Amino acid sequence: MNRVLLTGNGAAAWGARLAQAEYIPAFPITPQTEIIETLAQWIDQDKMTARLVTLESEHSMITAAAAAAVTGVRVFSATSSQGLLYAMEMIYTVSGWRAPFVLVNVSRGLASPITLEPDHNDVLAARDSGCLQIHCSTCQEVLDNTLIAYRLAEDPRVRLPVIVNLDGFYLSFTREPVLLPEIESVKNFIGEYNPENMRFRAHEPMSHAVAVLGGAPYSYFRYQTHLAVENGLAVYDELAKEFEQQFGREYGVIENYFADDADYVFVMMDSFATKAKDAVDKLRATGWAIGLLRPRLIRPFPAERFRTLLSGKKAVAVIDQNISMGMGGVLHSELCTALYGQPQTPEIVASFIGGLGGRDITVEEFFEIAKSIRHADEINQTPSPRLLYTETELREIRKLQSLANVKLHGFGETS
Amino acid sequence: MNDKPVTLYRHMKDLPSTHLLGSGTAMCSGCGGLEALHEIYDIIGEKSLYVNAAGCMTLLSVYPFTPFRGSWLYTAMASAAAGAQGVRDALDILLEKKQMKADEDMQVVVLSGDGSAYGMGLSATSSAMERNLDFIYICYDNEGYGNTGQQYSGATPHAARTSTSKGSSGFRGFKKDLFSIWAAHKPTYVATVIGSEPVDLARKIEKAMQLKGPRLILALSPCPTGWDYDPQDSVEIGKLAVKTGIWPLKEYVDGKVRHTKLPKQRLSVDEYLKRQGRFNHLYQPDRNDKLINEIQIDVDDYWSEVVE
Repeated sequence: MNRVLLTGNGAAAWGARLAQAEYIPAFPITPQTEIIETLAQWIDQDKMTARLVTLESEHSMITAAAAAAVTGVRVFSATSSQGLLYAMEMIYTVSGWRAPFVLVNVSRGLASPITLEPDHNDVLAARDSGCLQIHCSTCQEVLDNTLIAYRLAEDPRVRLPVIVNLDGFYLSFTREPVLLPEIESVKNFIGEYNPENMRFRAHEPMSHAVAVLGGAPYSYFRYQTHLAVENGLAVYDELAKEFEQQFGREYGVIENYFADDADYVFVMMDSFATKAKDAVDKLRATGWAIGLLRPRLIRPFPAERFRTLLSGKKAVAVIDQNISMGMGGVLHSELCTALYGQPQTPEIVASFIGGLGGRDITVEEFFEIAKSIRHADEINQTPSPRLLYTETELREIRKLQSLANVKLHGFGETS
Repeated sequence: MNDKPVTLYRHMKDLPSTHLLGSGTAMCSGCGGLEALHEIYDIIGEKSLYVNAAGCMTLLSVYPFTPFRGSWLYTAMASAAAGAQGVRDALDILLEKKQMKADEDMQVVVLSGDGSAYGMGLSATSSAMERNLDFIYICYDNEGYGNTGQQYSGATPHAARTSTSKGSSGFRGFKKDLFSIWAAHKPTYVATVIGSEPVDLARKIEKAMQLKGPRLILALSPCPTGWDYDPQDSVEIGKLAVKTGIWPLKEYVDGKVRHTKLPKQRLSVDEYLKRQGRFNHLYQPDRNDKLINEIQIDVDDYWSEVVE
């Protein structure tokens, strides 16, 4: 095993290389492009045997990816943000094909306004698609979970696309020390792709993705996909255990950071959760019983695990780096659905929205969030959802608007 | 036209006497697209994989039945050519790695209507040609979004009534020239066909099957439902499309366009138009000489430039 400095994108590319992906349909988009550039270079230098094809869009890219996967080869692809949305018709379609392949999504905020830095509205738009989702917070995790993702996607109990998510910029362009496993040990873990009877051959004709007429056959296939996504939870557990035995690194469906003995818990996804960890350390140093839970699997959603881990807690703060317009934080809604009506469930599950488009969440804001849920517990009243934004930020925006003489009237400005 | 290619198909009696494609599908009676597909499938054969774009023919394969003896993959409206790319690339990878025997290989075929071929799927198709993808693209062109009730598409001819052009002038636009759009990419082969000229069609499929690379078979597909005529007239209307010169039978190969059937004495476009309800407004209540002349002049201009 080799320790090297890799960006998140580099780690994703190494995942594809070590998994011996055979086919890589590609399309460039910031902040993902480094992944396909890296793979293209390795292929040109004969360091990797694979066929990389640049399509004319992400919609075509996902079509080609899934078509190749159901023909019987191992497929890798990567995208981000607008690209994922452009591909969305096919993201939903190809899970119905039960096409096993791995798609890395490098999270980036969605237009409008168009931006480059991360939040999770892109990948959460694929939430109901039937693709599994693994969310990462370190470069090592990106590499390791790309490997696990292949086993998960190709497992006969699952047979679905798996999206591995990492945050743009904060992870995609941040170098971290990463342990690179030897290819032989990865081969040992993953093995060759065995499509069994899911493949196209001249003498074994197959009709794939045919139409259905009526709700009964439609529901049958939709339920099949749902149940297969649910299977992903137990399969991930098995794979993570096997991975740990072989490589010594542990991955649970939920990362548990000092939550066991905590009264108060932050819940967050992806790389900004490392900021929450820092806040947990500082708060614990001053005597707070506080911890963090970070779901790695968002689909399937680990509802039962959350119920167990949060049982008996005083208060929970869900910090969503996404926003469902007119509803609020997506993870907050999901967690409330998982917890509602369960015994010993925390009475306070508060919602905070922050980190949109890469906006920082400062340690002071985490302190404020912690105080806010402690207070909520004391008065036994859940606070309204909060949109994190500082007076300084608003003042800066107002300054820019006044400099450019921006007239806000008529644009539906709400204060 | 001296070096006539060797062909198995010189006369009607040379054509396959039994069809490979199963019957009893959900297509409308008299479907000119299905007529062409039957004839095409007989020549391409069952060692084939049809990658389908959303359209009428998506309803050929409805779970758990299919009329195809070979394989089928439904994709979406925009990306059938990209589906063909994925399948072809995967088959090539498997062949290279010797993980699949050569005789398990298949002809990869895209099957789409004009809505996809002329519009939504054109970007993916253009890019497949740019990569010199080895595939055959069959477009059954019924000159409108037929499956949704014949709204006008990029393939709708001038003056045709569709469900979104019901005014007295019909469709104000002009049929897009997909043949030339393809030819501009310099692909291996581009051909127009029609089911009512089965020998010409068979020869073109035969030729396409001997070539590699991007190949378009553009089949004008008389559509009783969308064009508004009696289903029993489909063959006759197809023949008239050729005899009036409205649907030139031609092929592009090695950078040259060659007409495979020259209508010696072209019939007046009236013969074609007046047989179809979609052009009824050109004749009822009064004859619209201006529009009919526009259509005739357009056809005359086309043929005046054809030198064979």
